[in-house]
Amino acid sequence: MAEIRPQAKQKSGALTKAELDKKEPGLSGTFVSVLILGAFIAISWIGVFVLFIARN
Amino acid sequence: MHVHRLEKIWLSIGISMLAIFLVVIAATAFGMGMSPPSEHHHTIDPTQVTTTAPFDDPGLKQTGDNRYEAVMIAYAFGYEPQTLEVPVGATIDFTVTSSDVVHGFEIVGTNVNMMIEPGEVSHISHKFDKPGVYLVLCNEYCGTGHEYMKTTIVVK
Amino acid sequence: MKQPFDRRDGKLVLAHILFAFVALLLGGVAGMLQGTVRSGMITLPANIGYYELLTAHGVLMALIFTTYFIIGFLYSGVSHTLGGKLLPGVRKLAWIGYATMSIGTVIGVIVILLGKASVLYTFYAPMKASPWFYIALALVVIGSWLSGFGIFRQYMVWRKANKGKVSPLFAYMSVVTMLLWQIATIGVAVEVVVQLIPWSFGWVDTVNVVLSRTLFWYFGHPLVYFWLLPAYICWYVIIPKIIGGKIFSDSLARMSFILFLLFSIPVGFHHQLMEPGISGFWKYTQVVLTFMVIIPSLMTAFSLFATFELYGRSKGAKGLFGWFRMLPWKDARFFAPFMGMLVFIPAGAGGIINASNQMNAVVHNTLWVTGHFHLTVATSVALTFFGITYWLIPHITGRVLTARMNRLGIVQTICWCIGMFFMSGSMHTVGLLGDPRRTAYTTYDDHPDAILWMPYHVAMAVGGMILFIGLLILAYIVYSLMRAPKGETEYPIGETAEGAEETPRYLERWGLWVGIAVVLILFAYTLPVIDMFQTTVTSPGYVTW
Repeated sequence: MAEIRPQAKQKSGALTKAELDKKEPGLSGTFVSVLILGAFIAISWIGVFVLFIARN
Repeated sequence: MHVHRLEKIWLSIGISMLAIFLVVIAATAFGMGMSPPSEHHHTIDPTQVTTTAPFDDPGLKQTGDNRYEAVMIAYAFGYEPQTLEVPVGATIDFTVTSSDVVHGFEIVGTNVNMMIEPGEVSHISHKFDKPGVYLVLCNEYCGTGHEYMKTTIVVK
Repeated sequence: MKQPFDRRDGKLVLAHILFAFVALLLGGVAGMLQGTVRSGMITLPANIGYYELLTAHGVLMALIFTTYFIIGFLYSGVSHTLGGKLLPGVRKLAWIGYATMSIGTVIGVIVILLGKASVLYTFYAPMKASPWFYIALALVVIGSWLSGFGIFRQYMVWRKANKGKVSPLFAYMSVVTMLLWQIATIGVAVEVVVQLIPWSFGWVDTVNVVLSRTLFWYFGHPLVYFWLLPAYICWYVIIPKIIGGKIFSDSLARMSFILFLLFSIPVGFHHQLMEPGISGFWKYTQVVLTFMVIIPSLMTAFSLFATFELYGRSKGAKGLFGWFRMLPWKDARFFAPFMGMLVFIPAGAGGIINASNQMNAVVHNTLWVTGHFHLTVATSVALTFFGITYWLIPHITGRVLTARMNRLGIVQTICWCIGMFFMSGSMHTVGLLGDPRRTAYTTYDDHPDAILWMPYHVAMAVGGMILFIGLLILAYIVYSLMRAPKGETEYPIGETAEGAEETPRYLERWGLWVGIAVVLILFAYTLPVIDMFQTTVTSPGYVTW
């Protein structure tokens, strides 16, 4: 049954906070991707905000 | 709970962005008078609209220097009065209610966009800086003739 | 992973999924017709009304397709991860829920098609539909409650039998989703049962309009999260397994779901920003709470990209975006949900704009809003559900997805995205120009502004037809899946990344989280609702169609 309940396995592999910080995987691509996402949100929002102000 | 360093940075950036949006909204709404419509809460008996002031005499009334109050009734499927005419640069304070179901009140190309509900009086103001024939339409589904529900404001 | 799906549970799940797809197909026919009517391409035969079709489309797609699919999907995962089969009592409860919802759906569809309830799926009072329409809705909601109780029961029994263990992520997320649903539907249940049914039968003469709208939107916003959370379950739990990667963080996934539970309910006023009867202070307060619910989606975006990047790097991908090419683009089970995720970026950005208090005036009740939720529910959620179908039906029926069907799944996804690009893209653009939603063909007496909207309506109709072709492909795939070759298909449940920290126990203290949710709801709603009771006059009903 263990294999269908993978989350239950985590206990044995648990690490301390210091160990976790050191072992952080490289996620630069992820970081850049979410920044692009954030920029998209900001640009869309500012666009409609400008339209709102222009129509006021 | 452990959070990856880059995720912490991302969440800080994201949350700051949302906070900035909220501050800009609050500043323009509460500081510069750009709040959503109908701040002023005002009720009416929806079955007595045509006999209750000011809706017993709907129309345009001059209230100041190039300032007008438009008292209007939204009904299925139209607005009373039919057309309004104001000079360029006029500010109109709209006072609108419904004599039947829920309607919309949108002036195309402006920020005038509000709900008209029976029992409630909706308020909004707009300054008409450009001449033209402005289309006022119902943007809330109100029945079979919804797509015909419109009026115009002529700004000369 | 050789665990065949329990046959009796399989029947239950399949019944839900197939019902969902029949509703989707019928709703799709209505949708395609609407597009052609609005663009002026056709006029409907005299006795079919545009708004009848619109009501049928909204109810079948937004309420029936989603609810049935979600309950079916959640039950499949709960059965799979919580002991391999449903408890007999739970299965029975789920069937009773299914029957109740189905009776409601059938009554509702008949009443709509008879033209007795052309009030759209938001049924705003004082438009007064036949009482049977409201009874039908009440039955759907009550049925879904019974199904929700079944999920809670299965989860509680599992926890008792597995003291000290962290529950499986899928089950945990299912419990959050159904809790959200149960708390949210109380609003619409009160509206329908206490206000609308007695009024519609004529037992009371009038209805409090502002209160009814507030109760509706108390339900209406968490409703969209009820659609979204099962898609998130797929993205968090299923997709990592399908690509061969790991779940980035079990704890953060649970935390994001808890944030959805807390912040997706006390936010309904952001659908009522343009209305009278609610003070500007409470509107803004709920706008702030609405912005809180964006945070778990920001977390989700990071987690999903991280899952993809870690997988790609484990396969030797180099550079900033090398991992992107390593993803299994030719697997429909991945590709359809992935396109759903991608579409959620513009969908979410649009949602933030909608909720931005006074800025809502630019888009309120325009086609922009229709375009917005055709990205969220009709693309992000729908494509994810299609992706789930490609392995779920084979898994529960002991069959396999053939290479040909997989290819069709890819074609279906591309077709859907192209159709939606035209339809939703035009809706967004023309919405910014002021074109109203929910309106039949009209030129407003040839007003120049309205004439300008016409080309967009044509693009919308073309998009709608492409989407309809996508729907036919999907129907064919579902039909083929039912007769696919026998074989074994895995239920893809992701595993947490090696070395991830232990999941904190406080995430499963339900009393705490439900308590905070209730406090937030009371904070956001108590004073404005008291105000509605004190000052609002009531209105008689009207039949305006």
